[in-house]
Amino acid sequence: MATNADNLRASRTEPGRGPTYDLPDSHGHFGPYGGMFVPETLMHPLEELRAAYAACLADPNFQAEMDADLRDYVGRPSPLYHAERWSRELGGAQIYLKREDLNHTGAHKVNNTIGQALLARRMGKTRIIAETGAGQHGVASATVAARLGLECVVYMGEVDIARQEANVYRMRLLGARVVPVTSGSRTLKDALNEAMRDWVTNVDNTFYIIGTVAGPHPYPMMVRDFQSVIGREARAQILERAGRLPDALVACVGGGSNAIGLFYPFIEDREVAIYGIEAAGEGIATGHHAAPLTAGRPGVLHGNRTYLMEDANGQIIETHSISAGLDYPGVGPEHAWLKDSGRAHYDAVTDDEALAAFHHLTRTEGIIPALESSHALAYAHKLAPTLRQDQIILVNLSGRGDKDMHTVALHDGLVL
Amino acid sequence: MSRIAQRFEQLRERGRTALIPFVTAGDPAPEVTVPLMHAMVAAGADLVELGVPFSDPMADGPVIQRATERALAMGVSLTHVLEMVRQFRERDAETPVVLMGYLNPIEVMGYEAFSRQAQASGVDGALIVDLPPEEGHDLIETMKSHGLDLVYLLAPTSTEARIARIGGVASGFVYYVSVKGVTGAGHLDTEAVAGQVRLIKSLILLPVGVGFGIKDPETAASVARGADAVIVGSAIVSRIETLADTPERIPETIADFLAGLRHAIDAVDALPEPRTAE
Repeated sequence: MATNADNLRASRTEPGRGPTYDLPDSHGHFGPYGGMFVPETLMHPLEELRAAYAACLADPNFQAEMDADLRDYVGRPSPLYHAERWSRELGGAQIYLKREDLNHTGAHKVNNTIGQALLARRMGKTRIIAETGAGQHGVASATVAARLGLECVVYMGEVDIARQEANVYRMRLLGARVVPVTSGSRTLKDALNEAMRDWVTNVDNTFYIIGTVAGPHPYPMMVRDFQSVIGREARAQILERAGRLPDALVACVGGGSNAIGLFYPFIEDREVAIYGIEAAGEGIATGHHAAPLTAGRPGVLHGNRTYLMEDANGQIIETHSISAGLDYPGVGPEHAWLKDSGRAHYDAVTDDEALAAFHHLTRTEGIIPALESSHALAYAHKLAPTLRQDQIILVNLSGRGDKDMHTVALHDGLVL
Repeated sequence: MSRIAQRFEQLRERGRTALIPFVTAGDPAPEVTVPLMHAMVAAGADLVELGVPFSDPMADGPVIQRATERALAMGVSLTHVLEMVRQFRERDAETPVVLMGYLNPIEVMGYEAFSRQAQASGVDGALIVDLPPEEGHDLIETMKSHGLDLVYLLAPTSTEARIARIGGVASGFVYYVSVKGVTGAGHLDTEAVAGQVRLIKSLILLPVGVGFGIKDPETAASVARGADAVIVGSAIVSRIETLADTPERIPETIADFLAGLRHAIDAVDALPEPRTAE
């Protein structure tokens, strides 16, 4: 079986593709973005992590172990589903859904936690920590920790704990300790701060599994590599099914791991348009949103330089999204670079638009999507009618909506 | 020679270990900070570290996190902190002031604007927790051109190669973080710290300050045996917190606490044997 590294090499040398994209550089920079903006205590541990990851990439046994886990434990490859009824109704492009919602634990997050947990074990770490917003990454971390017999501590903002009770219970069932974070805005960014504080304190025996393509180098690169199984599969699947590449990719962007996972293997396919969709919350104009690429500006947070939501003094401001997984004031540095370079386009959809798409897909295709993924669906809903019927939009359905029942019901005036 | 270098030079001649208190600027209210700085100098502080509040202080423990939240609630920004230093300089032209904080407020102000305004306000240097030398080149150059020192952290995890490299780019002094952890973190292993400080001093020429985990005269004295400076933050800030409702009592209370530390450090400095054993 071809390994991740083999696949990456193969896709780069395929005839007819664009110039080689080889970011980040050796210090984790994507143009001016990325890097390693962390306290001195973490610099050497990050270097050890980078070296350990490089050794794993070169080790066929690691790749084989990872590929077997993705197949037998996660259930990969995930299907590519042609949403025919929805496409017909919109009357434009054919919409295909990459079904990451069908993965074990219900979202794309597990692709990454499998890889990082195997790496943690190779490095001899006995304890893993993670931050989580919607709880999907926390669940995916607790899941792999249970399987490998590692201690697991998950940091989660108090606000998110209240809106994602079911996932909190799942993590506890899996044996993880869920630590409520009460500082700052009590959401994902504060959970990340707290996880960093834990790591700096317990760095000898602890591996920090970051759930998105943010944080200091090598995390944005490593998480991208682990998640890019999504795009590699999708690219092969659409070529087999439709005999050609899609016209457009659409994925939601919070930190941006599901999006980069889909986008990365298509970056050199210049004819494929790439759309990353942020959370416009109550509307960009209201200021109550979580769309740093759309309405923020560059700064430094959580170990990397990227687009941020901040005030005039450089203080990070509170974000809003109906979806906890998108409620983050920063974004992966590679997305910042893809935006500036023009290779990808970023836009935002509101809570209401995402909710409408949530209901629409549920009723039209019998698939209940996560609220995060519903942002991508809402954009596809607008984009499809502008394209011809022989064109193709490939949407990353990054997670399933079971975790969002309470949120959606509450919005509809019900209490479950 | 910078004001920081001058100060360490004077201290070395007098055989005195520096005492460096840290307070978060604007905690619990902006008008407290300047009188507090003067009171600390009068009580024996040789250099003052002023924390610049940031919304996401990922290297700080709960005590300084809460101080930061109190200051931010009062609207304290980097611009206000520079203004506080300017006011401090009206009555004290001697004591070096180092800003300590995170990079983003400086990114937003711009490296050139920050360096120019900091110099004009009488700031002597900055310690930026989340700016390792790998990312610091542009800011170092800009600060240097305005006569400002960039103070770097060293940690228990710093390899000899890193220590030497940081010694090559840092100026003023280096700040050894004595424990793996956040500010205000637990137990200080004074023997391990002494060994590490000896290692650092064998690799670089700058004065070495030690901070994190220094809570009382005993820990201050033990650190003073090997270090050139004793840095105390959370122990001061937690005392400020208990007096947040009676801010008029803060300068005197903190001065008393520092005087106790100063006394313990002076006793070590007066010992006849060489301060760095072996």
